[in-house]
Amino acid sequence: MAKSVDDLKFIYESMVKSRYYEDTMAVVYMEGKTPQFDIGAGTVPGEMHLSAGQEPCAAPVCVHLHAEDTVTATHRPHHVAIAKGVDLNRMTAEIFGKATGLAGGRGGHMHLLDPNVNFACSGIIAEGAPPAVGAALASKMQGKDNVAVSYLGDGAANQGAFHESLNLAALWKLPVIFVIEDNAYGISVPKTASTAIAHNSDRAAAYGMPGIHIADNDTMKVYEAAGEAIARARAGEGPTLIEIETYRYYGHFQGDAEAYRPAGEVDELKARDPIPRFREQLISEGYITADEADAIEIKAKEAVDAAYAFARESDYPAPEEALLKVFA
Amino acid sequence: MATRNLTISRAMSEAIAQEMRNDPNVFVMGEDVGTYGGIFGSTTGLFEEFGPERIRDTPISETAFIGAAVGAAMSGMRPIAELMFVDFFGVCMDAIYNLMAKNTYFSGGNCQVPMVLMMATGGGYSDAGQHSQSLYATFAHMPGMKVVVPSNAYDAKGLMTSAIRDNNPVVFMFHKGLQGLGWMAPVKEAIANVPEESYTLPFGEAAISRAGKDVTIVSLGMMVHHAMRAARQLAEEGIDAEVIDLRTLVPLDRDAINRSVKKTGHLIVVDEDYSSFGLSAEVIASVVEYDIQALKSEPQRVAYPDIPIPYSRPMEQFALPNADKIVSAAHRVVGPVRQTVETVS
Repeated sequence: MAKSVDDLKFIYESMVKSRYYEDTMAVVYMEGKTPQFDIGAGTVPGEMHLSAGQEPCAAPVCVHLHAEDTVTATHRPHHVAIAKGVDLNRMTAEIFGKATGLAGGRGGHMHLLDPNVNFACSGIIAEGAPPAVGAALASKMQGKDNVAVSYLGDGAANQGAFHESLNLAALWKLPVIFVIEDNAYGISVPKTASTAIAHNSDRAAAYGMPGIHIADNDTMKVYEAAGEAIARARAGEGPTLIEIETYRYYGHFQGDAEAYRPAGEVDELKARDPIPRFREQLISEGYITADEADAIEIKAKEAVDAAYAFARESDYPAPEEALLKVFA
Repeated sequence: MATRNLTISRAMSEAIAQEMRNDPNVFVMGEDVGTYGGIFGSTTGLFEEFGPERIRDTPISETAFIGAAVGAAMSGMRPIAELMFVDFFGVCMDAIYNLMAKNTYFSGGNCQVPMVLMMATGGGYSDAGQHSQSLYATFAHMPGMKVVVPSNAYDAKGLMTSAIRDNNPVVFMFHKGLQGLGWMAPVKEAIANVPEESYTLPFGEAAISRAGKDVTIVSLGMMVHHAMRAARQLAEEGIDAEVIDLRTLVPLDRDAINRSVKKTGHLIVVDEDYSSFGLSAEVIASVVEYDIQALKSEPQRVAYPDIPIPYSRPMEQFALPNADKIVSAAHRVVGPVRQTVETVS
């Protein structure tokens, strides 16, 4: 597959933006939660699942998508939302519970829905797979070439919804790409203790679709594999399962004591951080210069700072707004 | 306007066909909805007219196809999904109440989920505890879904047309015993004169199936027919019962109930769903909240006891609401007065 410099720049910018977004969120999230941690207190209350380390799963896939293509993401959605082009200001305001948020504060961090770019995520494991199949079915019935991407964690591959969806997508030859972000843990349980086989990509064979395994969080390989899978889907050649071995730098949620994690594991993963690796690759292979990379980083961080400022400055919704928008 | 007598199943399939002719975005997904025509006849003849793309047989994968209906609805289609028996909701409830019912709210109204989820309910034919339940209150309890329960073919057609055109998820719960199937004892009263033309009925407007002044009987679906039988029996005794057919649980026509109870002062709720924490409690609470003085006697529930549905015919028939139980309930609240009058006359 021919690589596009614009694509690679987009991917790098989105990855930097996403990482800075999550590292900022980790700090903001603790505002109002010290000295005694109270999950319901602070600037950003509730559960918070951060995606730092998983950036290669997001932009290298979404760069191949248009606004009309559907993405359903997981409970750890920020990197994918950013890559899909969800309005960063309104997304951040939603996470802050503000009236200017995507849903006026009704959804929060696990329920970001942006119909302008056909992005949705949800808080239940494997829940996004069937709606992605449905979006792909709609595309096919409407005679369009839109595709749908269903993001899942490695834990979701043991849910019935995942298997039912793979079968249905293959049976009806629908334009769906199932992307497993294998961060090696389902909350605290390592994949080796939950999954009977080493590679979930092997499960694709059971449904007669290609299964691709990407080792070691390799941004460029995801970009290439996703490009091929999405092109196949657009051409009416059916679904693909892509499994990406990725890293989770933070706990399952912020406040997770991570007693289940071997000492030093995160440091070892960070030594192979995909973002500087990708930057080096882009420069050494001549796609961009170091100055261009620096400029991309500055631009990405400015957008994130602006989004957080927008969220902070926005007002909370009137309490009685809670009673509206149950029905269309 | 030309009319004919139709069963509920034919009225439903006619409404679906007419909407499918008008709107290419309407399609049906479910188990055995294709050449079989729906196990309970709700898609009779549709496969022959519209073919396998739009009358889409699915694998036995309710989570996948109901969740897919949500995704398709959010992508510009107007899917109708059939869950064969309401009892099967256990394998797919997440797609129903966490996705279908909530995505409008989670998007602050920016996304719509215009879909119909139809499903068969009800017992009385010894299909035992996993194929006989009503469970409407379970869906009505959880916000974000409209819930339709027709008692006759005229209502079924109008309500189905409204359901398909609604921009919200609608759970359409039809009673197997009212479908007019060749293999189940018929309930003739469910067959109605149905216009050939397309028409809608508004949600949240109960029907007064029988006007009366002495006691209010609130019911829905199959129970309306038991209530009407009871009302005829009561009329012979001089008790003038008003029978209310709710037609939709969400929205619930509380005004119709309150108006009637204000007039009669006595309330009986007849429900094939389980007695506790359900429709009967909601209706009674609603009346008391509206006007605590409205009731002149203790409100009565004639509902399914809080037991799994037994298989054996004598046990199931014992447990089901019926006209005799409704008459007894009426006697408890208004009976003695009227019976005295009758004796004197």
